[in-house]
Amino acid sequence: MPARDRCKVSIPGPLLSYTGQRQVEAAGETLDVLLRDLDARFPGIRFRMVDEQDRVRPHMRVFINGAQVFDLRHALADGDAVHIVQALSGG
Amino acid sequence: MLLVGTRKGAWLLHGDAKRREWRVDGPHFLGHIINHLVLDPRDGRTLLAAASTGHLGPTLFRSTDLGRTWQEAATPPAFPKVPAGSLDEAGLPPRSVKHTFWLTPGHASQPGVWFAGTSPQAIFRSDDAGDTWHLLPGLHDNRQYRDWMGAEQDGTPDGPKLHSILIDPRDAAHMYMGMSSGGVHESRDGGRSWTPLVAGMAVVDGFDASVMTFHDPHCVRLCPANPDRLYQQNHCGIYRLDRPGTTWVRIGDHMPKSVGDVGFPMVVHPRDPDVAWVMPMNGTMVWPRTAPAGKPAVYVTRNGGARWQRQDAGMPRGQAWWTVKRQAMTSDTQPSVGLYFGTTSGELWLSRDEGKRWACIARHLPEIYSVEVAER
Repeated sequence: MPARDRCKVSIPGPLLSYTGQRQVEAAGETLDVLLRDLDARFPGIRFRMVDEQDRVRPHMRVFINGAQVFDLRHALADGDAVHIVQALSGG
Repeated sequence: MLLVGTRKGAWLLHGDAKRREWRVDGPHFLGHIINHLVLDPRDGRTLLAAASTGHLGPTLFRSTDLGRTWQEAATPPAFPKVPAGSLDEAGLPPRSVKHTFWLTPGHASQPGVWFAGTSPQAIFRSDDAGDTWHLLPGLHDNRQYRDWMGAEQDGTPDGPKLHSILIDPRDAAHMYMGMSSGGVHESRDGGRSWTPLVAGMAVVDGFDASVMTFHDPHCVRLCPANPDRLYQQNHCGIYRLDRPGTTWVRIGDHMPKSVGDVGFPMVVHPRDPDVAWVMPMNGTMVWPRTAPAGKPAVYVTRNGGARWQRQDAGMPRGQAWWTVKRQAMTSDTQPSVGLYFGTTSGELWLSRDEGKRWACIARHLPEIYSVEVAER
């Protein structure tokens, strides 16, 4: 993993089957690249969060340093805290 | 073995040779919506499960040891990426797969080939036993077909679907499929191009049957003993089609009027093309989609639909308001054919004698979406 743009990523419960741990590290100069890096290490995890048209799926939320982000092109800096959250609803 | 897909996971039921004792194995994928769980009859050990959750994107799980271990597909069905702000090959806004709804193993001569029907309507093919999938573009790229698929409001409540992918056992390139909504279609080139096959099919009163979008085949089956014969349970009736004919005959007209001929599943006999079963539901007024009058029953025809006989021995005599979805009723190939169905209330029912007597073999499961037999 490159030394720069390394982020701590917190994983929601529904995706723990991929990572096995609540917090992992991933790298990328944008959120899109970071999610692809995550997918390279935990295959399949990205498509559960982002569809094939690069749209974040309904009920998936991403917060970077506490602020909600909707655009995968959002730039990341080394040390950013990325929180992936799933807004569960329904029965 | 019975493969049961439900709204909350999958269960495998291992039966003895007499189909009397059943051992329940599960849940697998607890919390996942399993729309279809199917055995590859060509190797007798590969299972594919079409999975999603209420929130995560769709995927497929594979087992090569009859469900002891599972791996996720490397590339589940997904449409081609379209550049942001652009239209897709049909000149329409790009689509994304909501879930895989239907799985069909390929022809016996094509080991490793599988087909998947998705919501929204599309066909995907795998050449490596379900690990990676690619779109068959003949429907997706065709503007006429995309228009026929209709808008979101034309589909079923949890999304429009492509289902009933059938392969002619005599010719791997000859296929059929159904779209809800969008009609029944035939391919002679392995799914690259398709031709409508809807003549004779009714649509809901007040709609125009010449508009493909209004056709809603719920389940289409091809008779193994006569691949030129198809049966269909439609939103508007039960039908039979004998090829090379192209006009469906509404054999549901011979059902009792008090029961009607609306339902989801259709099952054909493995050796006798004159025998088929349906599970009617209430399709009157606001469409309760329950057992008619709360008295569930299977109906069988033994003469291609000329007459129907009620089969409800062992079933509740009343106050049973479940129904059976389109993948949730099937048969085995034993000398006395076994029939199986799973209910929306989570019960699994079995008949060991072609529908004469019924017994409940599992209760308290989640809503059952699919039941398939895995015979070895």
